[in-house]
Amino acid sequence: MSQTQMQTSSRAAATAAAPTLEVRDLQTHFFTRAGVVKAVDGVSFTVGRGKVLGLVGESGSGKTVTGFSILGLVDAPGRIVGGEILFHGQNLARLKEEEMRQLRGNRIAMIFQDPMMTLNPVLRVDTQMIETVLAHTKVSKEEARQRARDTLGMVGIPSPDERLKSYPHQFSGGMRQRVAIAIALLHRPELIVADEPTTALDVTIQAQILAEVQKLCAETGTAMIWVTHDLSVVAGLADDIAVMYAGRVVERGAVSEVLDQPLHPYTHGLIGSVPSRNKRGEKLRQIPGMTPSLLSLPPGCAFRTRCPRAQEDCARDPALSELLPGRLARCFHPHVATHGSAVQGSVTQGSPA
Amino acid sequence: MAVYLLRRLLQSALVMLAMSVIVFIGVYAIGDPVEILISPDADQMERERAIKALGLDLPLWQQYLSFLANALRGDLGRSFVFNEPALQLILQRMPATLELAFGAMFIALLIGLPLGLYAGLKPHSAGAKVVMAGSILGFSLPTFWVGLMLIMVFAVQLGWLPSTGRGPTVEVLGLRWSFLTWDGLRHLAMPALNLALFKISLVIRLTRAGVRETMLMDYVKFARAKGLSPARVTYVHVFKNILIPVVTVVGLELGSTIAFSVVTESVFAWPGMGKLIIDSINVLDRPVIVAYLMIIVLMFITINLLVDLAYSALDPRVRLENK
Repeated sequence: MSQTQMQTSSRAAATAAAPTLEVRDLQTHFFTRAGVVKAVDGVSFTVGRGKVLGLVGESGSGKTVTGFSILGLVDAPGRIVGGEILFHGQNLARLKEEEMRQLRGNRIAMIFQDPMMTLNPVLRVDTQMIETVLAHTKVSKEEARQRARDTLGMVGIPSPDERLKSYPHQFSGGMRQRVAIAIALLHRPELIVADEPTTALDVTIQAQILAEVQKLCAETGTAMIWVTHDLSVVAGLADDIAVMYAGRVVERGAVSEVLDQPLHPYTHGLIGSVPSRNKRGEKLRQIPGMTPSLLSLPPGCAFRTRCPRAQEDCARDPALSELLPGRLARCFHPHVATHGSAVQGSVTQGSPA
Repeated sequence: MAVYLLRRLLQSALVMLAMSVIVFIGVYAIGDPVEILISPDADQMERERAIKALGLDLPLWQQYLSFLANALRGDLGRSFVFNEPALQLILQRMPATLELAFGAMFIALLIGLPLGLYAGLKPHSAGAKVVMAGSILGFSLPTFWVGLMLIMVFAVQLGWLPSTGRGPTVEVLGLRWSFLTWDGLRHLAMPALNLALFKISLVIRLTRAGVRETMLMDYVKFARAKGLSPARVTYVHVFKNILIPVVTVVGLELGSTIAFSVVTESVFAWPGMGKLIIDSINVLDRPVIVAYLMIIVLMFITINLLVDLAYSALDPRVRLENK
C-alpha cells in the first residue's frame, strides 16, 4: 500500500509540470459498409493534474468515442486514424495492445454511463474487484481483497465486508455506480475518463457522487475527463470545458468564461436551451434543425445549416483558433466580435453538493 | 430451498399421474394386442383363457386402477412377449442407452463449445465461416444416412472400428457398462459420434449467438477497461454468461437423446432402450410401452429439476424459492 503511494507520488512529482493528458488532432473513424463515419475528426484538448475537463456535446457528437479512443477501446470497424494522445508525453495511439492493457484500469481508468450494465451480473463484486487488482499488481488474494474493501469504504459504501460478497443485482443503481467508481479508483489512476456516469442516476445521488468524485480528485491529484451533455453538471464540477459538435471541438476554455460568454454560436444555443429557474412558464429555447449525419457532412463548418450567424464564408473550414486569451473557438463569426453583452442565455450554476 | 424442492416433488407426482392416464388411454387406443399375441389357430377357449390371464377382459378403468395400484408398489406389469417384469426389461437396457447418450453429449460439448466460442469471437474469419457452414450440414444430414456412411468408411473400408453391438461389458454397481474397456469404447465411438453430430451443430450455434450477444455488453467493455487480459474476459466474463442458455438446451437434448435415439441404435444394432420400445410397439406389448413412457416422464422431470438447479448456480439472479 505505502509502496504504491510512493510510486504514485514520485510519478506525479516527475510530471507535475506537463499536463497529464494532451490530445492533439485526434481522428477516430468507423469504416462501415455505408461509408466512413468520422465520429471523431480533429479533437484537441489538455487536462492537467488534478483538473477536471468537461467534454460536452449532444448525442452522436463523438464524446464517448473520444473517451474510448483514449483507453484504446475502439472496436472494429472503428480505428484511430490520426492524431496523438499524449499521456505524460507517451503517445497512447501508438502503444501495443499489451502495453495499453497495462495502463488500462491501472493508470487510466474509465467509468461508464449505465451502472446497471457495467458490472457482470453473474460474478460477485469481490471477484470483479480482486481481478482488477491482480491484473496490475502482484499481491496475494487476501491483500487484493483488503484493498477492494478499503476502496469500497472510500466511496461511501457501508459495511464493505458484507457488500463484497454480494452480486451486482443486490445493489441499487447509485450503489452500483459507486462500486464501478471504486473499481476505477483501485489503482489510484492518474486519469479517469467518466462517460456520463451520473446520467442514469437520480438528482440526489448524482449530487452526492459528484461531490465525492470532486473530493477524491482533489485529494489524489487525479485528472478527469467528464463526458456529459448536462451543462449544469459541468458548471459545478469542471475546471475547463470542451464543446464538441459533429466529431470536432468547436469551443474550449475555462468553464466559467465559456458558460458566461460563449463564443461559438453552437455553445451559445446549447446554453440558451438549458431550462432555467428564472424563466418559468416560458417556452424552452432550442437549436433549430437536427444533428447532421456523420456519413455525409457538408464541407466547411458542420454547424452552419443550423447556425443563425452563418454566412457564405462558413462553407470553408474554420480552424480552432484563440479568439480571446485562453479562449479557443472554431468559428468565423463568433459572438465576441460584435459586442460582449450580446450573450443572452446563461447557465444556472448548479452546485452539486 | 427445502420448501421449493417439496413443492416441486408434489408437482412432479401430479405430472406423473396425468401422464399415466394419457399413456394408458393412448396405448389402449392403438390396437388390441390379442390379435398379435395369440396364434390364429387357437380355439375360443384358449383365447378366453389368455385374455383373462393378461387381464384384458376387464374394463379400461379397472385395468388402469390395478396398474396404478401395482405401480405404486414398484410393479409396472409383465411383458406379454418376454414374460418378464417390464421394469426389469427396461432397466437391463438402460446402461447401454445412457452411455450412448452421455457419450454423445460429451462429444457435443467437447467439440461444440470451443468451435462456437471461436466462431463467436472471430465471426468474420474464414475458419468461422467454415464452422458455421459445417454446422448446417450437422443439422440437415439425416442421422441414419450419416450412420451408414460412418459404417461404410470406418468399419468397412478402413476397418478401424467395429460396426455393430456393444462389445465386451464390465459389471459395475450391478449394471453392465461397455465404456470401461478399450474395446467397448471402440464400439461406442461411432454411434456416439453419429448421435452427437446434430448436437454439436446445436451447441456451436448457441454458443456463437451467446458470445456475439455478450461481447456487445457494457460489462465486457468495462472488464476490458479494467485492464483484464483477453483470456480472462473471454473465459470468465463472457463464458459464464453464455453457459446459461447452453445448459438449458443441453439438458433438454440429453432427455430426448436418452428417450429417442432409436434410429442410431437401430443402425448400429446397439442393444438399448430405443430398440426395445420400437420392438414393443410393433407387437403391442402394452406393459413395456407404458412402463417405458413412465420412466421417460420421470427422467424428463428429473433433468428439468437438475437444469433449474444448475441455473441457480450459474445465475445469481435466479432464485428458486417461491414467493
